[in-house]
Amino acid sequence: MSGVPLNWYLILSAILFCLGIAGFLYRRNIITIFMSIELMLNGVNLSFVTFSYKFKQVDGHIFTFFVMVVAAAEAAVGLAIILTVFKNRQTLQVDDINSMKN
Amino acid sequence: MDAFLFLTFAAIAVVCGINIIVQTHPISSALSLVGVMGALAVLYLMLGAEFIAAAQMIVYAGAIMVLFVFVIMVLNAGGERLTKRSAYVRIFGVPLMAMFLGLIAFVIQAALPRGEMVTFGAFTRGGPADVGRALFTQYLLPFEVVSVLILIALIGAIVLARKEID
Repeated sequence: MSGVPLNWYLILSAILFCLGIAGFLYRRNIITIFMSIELMLNGVNLSFVTFSYKFKQVDGHIFTFFVMVVAAAEAAVGLAIILTVFKNRQTLQVDDINSMKN
Repeated sequence: MDAFLFLTFAAIAVVCGINIIVQTHPISSALSLVGVMGALAVLYLMLGAEFIAAAQMIVYAGAIMVLFVFVIMVLNAGGERLTKRSAYVRIFGVPLMAMFLGLIAFVIQAALPRGEMVTFGAFTRGGPADVGRALFTQYLLPFEVVSVLILIALIGAIVLARKEID
């Protein structure tokens, strides 16, 4: 029977999650950091759907749906915050936004 | 055929994911992220998650990424400059991340049975009817709570974007 091993899907989701972590730590632009978070959420979604396939249940799809909703809410609020920060500081570099540091 | 499709779209997802990190301009990263989401939608279809694949394309690749691209275009802040710390990250971070990834892959291989295969069409309960039935019976309360969350986020975004905070 042709097919793909289930573990490949999980390893792909781990790869996407690790790429998200790497981008989150490495990049200095606040919008790109935000996109790395979205990449991490996508990796987790893939493993939810894979386990939903494994257990032949629809619950994983529901969780993925909720993750999408939360990601949409997060994107709306986060991008509004980014707009406000840029309006006040004229920069998107996270190193320059340090008024709570000292 | 399944393996060919999986490898093609997994390769697209990984290459676009790497591209998100190495590009310096946010608009390139955003377009790469759209590529990741499109590839993931195909993988969801192969796993039998038809509703989630459609929602992935409409909500993620459509709505959320359009919001990102819109904000990037409005701000037009240009590329980013990397700090000195980022050079250290580039040298030490990649091996550390590879080790972390190897650990996760090892745990996955050790914890789950090897022989399990994913075949297209083996799981047919991922359509809108079944997802909707679960969503409106078993998960009705979380669904309502999430609708309130969306409302709060909507109001919060409007308030944040129009008021000057100093």
